[in-house]
Amino acid sequence: MLTLYVPRNSWLHRLPAGAKFLALIGVGTAIFWVPNIEIMAGVALISCLLFASAKIPLMKVYDQLKPAFWALLIIFLAQWYLEGLEYAGYVTLRFTALILLASLLTLTTRSDAMIAVIEKALRPFDRWISVEKVSLAFSLTLRFIPLMRSVTAEVREAQKARGLDRSLIALMIPVIIRTLKTATEVGEAVEARMVDND
Amino acid sequence: MISFNSVNVAFDGRTVLENLSLELREQRIGIIGWNGSGKSTFSRLINGLQSPTSGSVTVAGLDTTKDGGKVRRKVGFVFQNPDNQIVYPIVKEDIAFGLKGLKLPKEERDHRIQQIFDQYQLSHLRERLTHQLSGGEKQMIALMGVLVMQPDIIILDEPTTLLDLRNKARLMETVNSLPQQILMVTHDLELLDGFDRVLMFHEGRLYQDGSPPDVIKTYREISLSC
Repeated sequence: MLTLYVPRNSWLHRLPAGAKFLALIGVGTAIFWVPNIEIMAGVALISCLLFASAKIPLMKVYDQLKPAFWALLIIFLAQWYLEGLEYAGYVTLRFTALILLASLLTLTTRSDAMIAVIEKALRPFDRWISVEKVSLAFSLTLRFIPLMRSVTAEVREAQKARGLDRSLIALMIPVIIRTLKTATEVGEAVEARMVDND
Repeated sequence: MISFNSVNVAFDGRTVLENLSLELREQRIGIIGWNGSGKSTFSRLINGLQSPTSGSVTVAGLDTTKDGGKVRRKVGFVFQNPDNQIVYPIVKEDIAFGLKGLKLPKEERDHRIQQIFDQYQLSHLRERLTHQLSGGEKQMIALMGVLVMQPDIIILDEPTTLLDLRNKARLMETVNSLPQQILMVTHDLELLDGFDRVLMFHEGRLYQDGSPPDVIKTYREISLSC
């Protein structure tokens, strides 16, 4: 998610993050009221056109859908079996459009702007939840995706050097141990940097 | 002033630091010792990351166990691996992290952040993604995240271990120019040139406490004789 942001000078990039969040929630809800496959196909096509209008290469559309391919295929096959071909196409197009629209948000919005929106949206509930902690948890998640990726790559390389690149256990155990150790150290660093926790 | 009063630390019944009493007033204090000697535990006691099993540690009269939050306002901590210290994905957000707790007006917060970027000529990193920085840049950002809090004391736990020679020199130049009291845990004895006092830990005890040449000489002799 963190590395998804594609810096461009487009109207979608300039649009405030809050407006994009609201639009996604609105469209994501409205999409469930679309009555037929033709209109749903139109929604999916508009989603693709929005990528073009945000000056994001269409290859990115493929990149966003690739990880969801198997899930979409299972949904399609299950719906085909249960409800027929047309309904399967309708449901699959709906999920495709949702994935594309959500991707569009992360591709055109910086992570700090998204965190700021989350903080603002949660502010009315700060009597019940710690907005700072939710925001910190979100930031840490974004921050540690690339870190965990590099840890996994390092361990994979080390195990490859030992001829253990086909062993899942040889990969997973060091990754888990390093992840736990990192989590402890990060917790300490957060504690050391927070000054109002008494 | 930092005071250790009959401090003992034990983990799972194993003594890590034993009967330590001392006062730290000097501006530049080095902490050395072999791996597992207790030096990191010692440094973590100062800002309350670690509590003593018995005894007490005070910083400017504040007990590090009872007044952890207040102590951390006074004591900044730079960790060995900046990847574990930087918590936000964007540099400017990470620098601002600690300031949120101080409840400063936004203008004051923004002013402090801009000042720190200008002072260390790192404004070009302001909008960068933290995971894309070089090791040297990450360690500088980790240090700036501490300095922006304007602490009175800064503890550095092996801050140069992951740095190349150029970045090590740059970091040390910055550290040496700081007006704060500095306590540095290190294996790199060269970094202690010009320090006022060095503490050497061995097997959980303060083995020697004195001027850098004397303590380093003992450390080298014992290291070579093992």
